Amino acid sequence: MNASISEAGLAVEQHWRDLAGRRRLYSLAGLALFFLAMGGSLWFANETSAGKFWDRLPYFFDFVDQMTPRDATEVGRALFDLPSPYDDGSLKFNYPEGRVELAHGLYLPEYVYKMVETINIALTATLIGFSLGFVLCFFAASNLVTRRWLRFFVRRFLEILRAFPEIVIAGFFLAVLSLGAVPAIIAVAIHTTGALGKMFFEVVENADMKPDEGLRAVGASWLERVRFGIVPQVMPNFLSYGLLRLEINVRASTIIGAVGGGGIGEELRLAISRNHEAKTLAIVLLLLITITAVDQLSAVLRRKLVGEQAFAFGAG
Amino acid sequence: MLSAATVDEIEARHPDLFKGVSRRSVIGWLTTAGVVAYAVFAWWFFSIGAVLAGGNWSIAGSYLADWVSYETRPTITFENSRLSVSYPRFSAYRPDRQPDWVTLEGETEPGTATRILLDMRGTTIDIVPQQVRVDHDGEILVLDIGPGEEVHPRGSLPAWASQKEPGGRVPLDFGFKGRIDVEGDEVKVRQRFWGWENFFFDANSPFWGKSFGQVMALIVSGERIDPAHSNLSLAWDNIVNNAEWQHGDVWLKLLQTIVMAFVGTVLASLLAFPLAFLAARNITGSRIVNQVTKRLFDFLRAVDMFIWALFFTRAFGPGPLAGISAIFFTDTGTLGKLYSETLENIDDRQREGIRSVGAAPILVQRYGVLPQVMPVFLSQSLYFWESNTRSATIIGAVGAGGIGLKLWEAMRTNTDWENVAYMVLLILMVVYVFDGVSSSLRRRLMGHS
Repeated sequence: MNASISEAGLAVEQHWRDLAGRRRLYSLAGLALFFLAMGGSLWFANETSAGKFWDRLPYFFDFVDQMTPRDATEVGRALFDLPSPYDDGSLKFNYPEGRVELAHGLYLPEYVYKMVETINIALTATLIGFSLGFVLCFFAASNLVTRRWLRFFVRRFLEILRAFPEIVIAGFFLAVLSLGAVPAIIAVAIHTTGALGKMFFEVVENADMKPDEGLRAVGASWLERVRFGIVPQVMPNFLSYGLLRLEINVRASTIIGAVGGGGIGEELRLAISRNHEAKTLAIVLLLLITITAVDQLSAVLRRKLVGEQAFAFGAG
Repeated sequence: MLSAATVDEIEARHPDLFKGVSRRSVIGWLTTAGVVAYAVFAWWFFSIGAVLAGGNWSIAGSYLADWVSYETRPTITFENSRLSVSYPRFSAYRPDRQPDWVTLEGETEPGTATRILLDMRGTTIDIVPQQVRVDHDGEILVLDIGPGEEVHPRGSLPAWASQKEPGGRVPLDFGFKGRIDVEGDEVKVRQRFWGWENFFFDANSPFWGKSFGQVMALIVSGERIDPAHSNLSLAWDNIVNNAEWQHGDVWLKLLQTIVMAFVGTVLASLLAFPLAFLAARNITGSRIVNQVTKRLFDFLRAVDMFIWALFFTRAFGPGPLAGISAIFFTDTGTLGKLYSETLENIDDRQREGIRSVGAAPILVQRYGVLPQVMPVFLSQSLYFWESNTRSATIIGAVGAGGIGLKLWEAMRTNTDWENVAYMVLLILMVVYVFDGVSSSLRRRLMGHS
């Protein structure tokens, strides 16, 4: 025992030891709980999967095989709908059949066309969702609407739109409107309205109210206050969120495409399930390029609009 | 109101205020015009108008109603001087088990009678051979069935009835509560009730049709229905194996989805953690290693979760393993990128402090870097755990299994919308709970900044 530590000092040290010991105990208990959950989950996942992990592990990297065409140039032919030397009349090598003729001798390759369709689905849905969210958000902001019931109603409405899985809305409209792009647009647009509406009204609530006060002082109506006091300051943020949503929606439209919503998603699902290596690789490459391009474009625009703030998420 | 002269005067005094106003307004108008032009293009490109007009909207109403209500559909057939009642194949009712709003008079054998009375909440239908008499809120309609199987209404038809051609069938529409189709040889009845039918016990269960009190009484003090099991275990077994709602299977699939998100995110975090140190410029000196790792992250992230899901469904078959692998691949990319960005933004002073006392490189990381980034890492992982719980549902629908696939199958049949509603409700509950848990954990980790 060190004699230079006073009685009070010893008490402090004892207390520190207690705290440290308890903390270690908590950490150990937490770790034990974590390993238990992890072990249980892995066992359960393996038990309820169609293929067992150890049996199927050798097939884990089959996707590499599923994307390896007979020769490297085959990908280009699949992508640009050029005739294949291996053409045996089967669906696997019938690249030119998918051509979308624009004019005599001029065509758009099938997958490019489908990709454009998917992007248009995302763009249309984002536009609709943006417009609806834009209109609704002002009625949900506490600094603009004093009627509590109206705010409550609009917020719950947006919440329902957001929480509903897109795939369910898509499924419903696929049943009503039959297969095609319109159900996908509706589904993505509904979800986007909810998601953007929530982000929008939070932006509006954080807006500087001084312009609004000035307009109120000169007798502006509610609509004029919103138009000239709020919209100019929130618009950059709105657009930034809209672009972020566009990135997400390109992916979402691809997925909904795979379950019947048109566009490139369906082509990819078919290509993978039919084992058409060149087609699969062509589509994956096309998707990779498109998604990266959209992400980059949106990132550049968002940085221009609102600066670094556009990239802070998941940290708070 | 400002006059033009005053405006000019203000402009002369504060020219900077007016700079760019006209340019901005031109840009505004051009943007609006562009958006409108695009909307017109999209309308044409997807032929939205034609698709919407061609939609089967009348069925959409009944699909929606199916989410929260159900129909019971007896069909009454005219057989010479007698009537017989039948029900669809999978109905809970049978000729020998009639619902209480269907009364059979002169019943000789189960399901056949000389007169049938239907009580549809304010509407009564009295059917005898050759005649159907309907009393709807005091309005009375009598329909005679002719010998050649034709239907003749007496007097004029009320607003809720219609007949396309003389002698043809007469549909009666009572709004939400149901409709009746009177045809020359049979009367098809559909009565709609609020709620979910047979949610706990299906028609094959001995507990079917009993009230909550009766079931409880049976469980607590009733005689054993099945000598081999107690009533409690029998009731539980009947609920879990309910043929219409498949509770057991739905819960299992829901658990699969939760497990998919959890294990996928944990494994991705575990792999992203060491890789992020390789990718961070300020931790690993080699530019080549940095770049290779970062491009690997980009690749994993850009090939979407759904594409990975399609591939791994081929490898593992539908089930959680495919979903776990898909989430694992995508999120190793996403989390790796986020982790390495966090590492590149750390405060260097702590590291320098540790290094200055001569600590080994690994200890520098442990005491100079980890304490700073660990809460952020965990918080980011939790955020993705939460968002993956949602994504796992969606990738499930493309084949990775779990509740998503079950949901999708239920939707494709077009008849099980109440099961869809049930599963959506369960998903929403799970997502809500996990959102709460994850955000409260994250708040604790990050302090109150």
